Amino acid sequence: MIAIIDYDTGNTRNVKKALDYLGIKNVLSADPQEILAADGLILPGVGAFRKAMLSLQQRQLVPVIKAAAKAGRPILGICLGMQLLFDQSLEFGQTAGLGIIAGQVVPIPATIGVKVPHMGWDLNQATTADPLAAVFDQQFTYFVHSYYVQAKPKTILATSDYGVKIPSIVKQQNVIGIQFHPEKSGEIGLAGLTQFKELTENADYSRN
Amino acid sequence: MLAKRLIPCLDVDHGRVKKGVRFVHLRDVGDPVKIAAAYQQQGADELVFLDITATHEGRSAIVETIEATASQVFMPLTVGGGIHDVSDMQRLLKAGADKVAVNSAAVSNPDLITAGAEKFGRQCIVLAIDTKFNPISRQYEVYVNGGRTPTPLNAIDWAKQGVSRGAGELLVTSMDKDGTKSGFDLDLYRQLSAAVNVPIVASGGAGAAEDFSDVFTNANVDGALAASVFHYGELTITEVKRQLLKDGVIVR
Repeated sequence: MIAIIDYDTGNTRNVKKALDYLGIKNVLSADPQEILAADGLILPGVGAFRKAMLSLQQRQLVPVIKAAAKAGRPILGICLGMQLLFDQSLEFGQTAGLGIIAGQVVPIPATIGVKVPHMGWDLNQATTADPLAAVFDQQFTYFVHSYYVQAKPKTILATSDYGVKIPSIVKQQNVIGIQFHPEKSGEIGLAGLTQFKELTENADYSRN
Repeated sequence: MLAKRLIPCLDVDHGRVKKGVRFVHLRDVGDPVKIAAAYQQQGADELVFLDITATHEGRSAIVETIEATASQVFMPLTVGGGIHDVSDMQRLLKAGADKVAVNSAAVSNPDLITAGAEKFGRQCIVLAIDTKFNPISRQYEVYVNGGRTPTPLNAIDWAKQGVSRGAGELLVTSMDKDGTKSGFDLDLYRQLSAAVNVPIVASGGAGAAEDFSDVFTNANVDGALAASVFHYGELTITEVKRQLLKDGVIVR
């Protein structure tokens, strides 16, 4: 069972639709018990960083996600959900994130001659040997974002070149972030979600 | 770098797909979910659903159409037509749309763009513009109500204003070219590309695979939309992509 964290953000339902289509058992939930009992967590997200953090705080989900990360539970953050995993964002001033992966979220510089938002299908390049990165290596996936993460090289699994190197997949132990939308990236995106499901089945962690 | 996007447009009336030629003649071409799935298979990069349902009561059908399509088809979906307020946007986004396109309602109430962008993010808000070149004033004039009503707005100025108000993308239809199959209006898209820094989708005039190469290489647009050439099998997405690759355009 995968818990999709429900905190009033845009694309939650599309992630659910993709999992339902794949026959992957899932539940949309804001209930700490239910979330902590799941084999894996997906943190979706579209929109503004600060508002999303506030929304997680209001639902008292920040400690829940942190606890799940600490317990070794596989976690997948998608788009804004990926960015929330980091220390802080510079979107509209400085906002603290979940602080699970080291790094910060910064604007894509419009000065480098690219259009912002970064919207459309872009190519991924795996930078590390990893089963999830392998699914997306040399594949186009659908991106929609105006900010990107500056992460430590050792946490980056794949990048996409948009004037700056945008980390498109990051991973720190059991916690994964994907900047693009696998639920909107056709067959290849669905293959990535299936890969995450397999990870939740094989994860080695204590349930206490 | 980003791949250029090929975008079939489905005209939807009461939940059924139709295609109006020059917004007038209609012919039923089927089930939106099946058509969307077929386009996904062909390699379409995105789909636009234009709700042409005339009656207010019929409008709930598009929400069901999007809900059903988004459960089977996993690519970006944009919906336009009949969006008058933020709650219309919310219903469609909740049903599975990734972007909503506003046209006439944004002309009469430009604050709608800002309100949508603030609530859902700029990336969700597409400003759709229908425009015709006026050879006397030498200006691209904005039309509303499905191209029936002229406005005093200049399309390039309106595009700039829309972006500064929060539109994250422009979908611009050349009414002069629409239905002619004589190629896209390169001049229009060159002017737009020079004026704004958000993605632009060109619409109107696609007839041959080369027309797509032309607009991507000669005007800095990000996507190209077409309906009848794709709907009636005159061109396939695969064919067009092959041509684009040959001409050095990045496609997925």
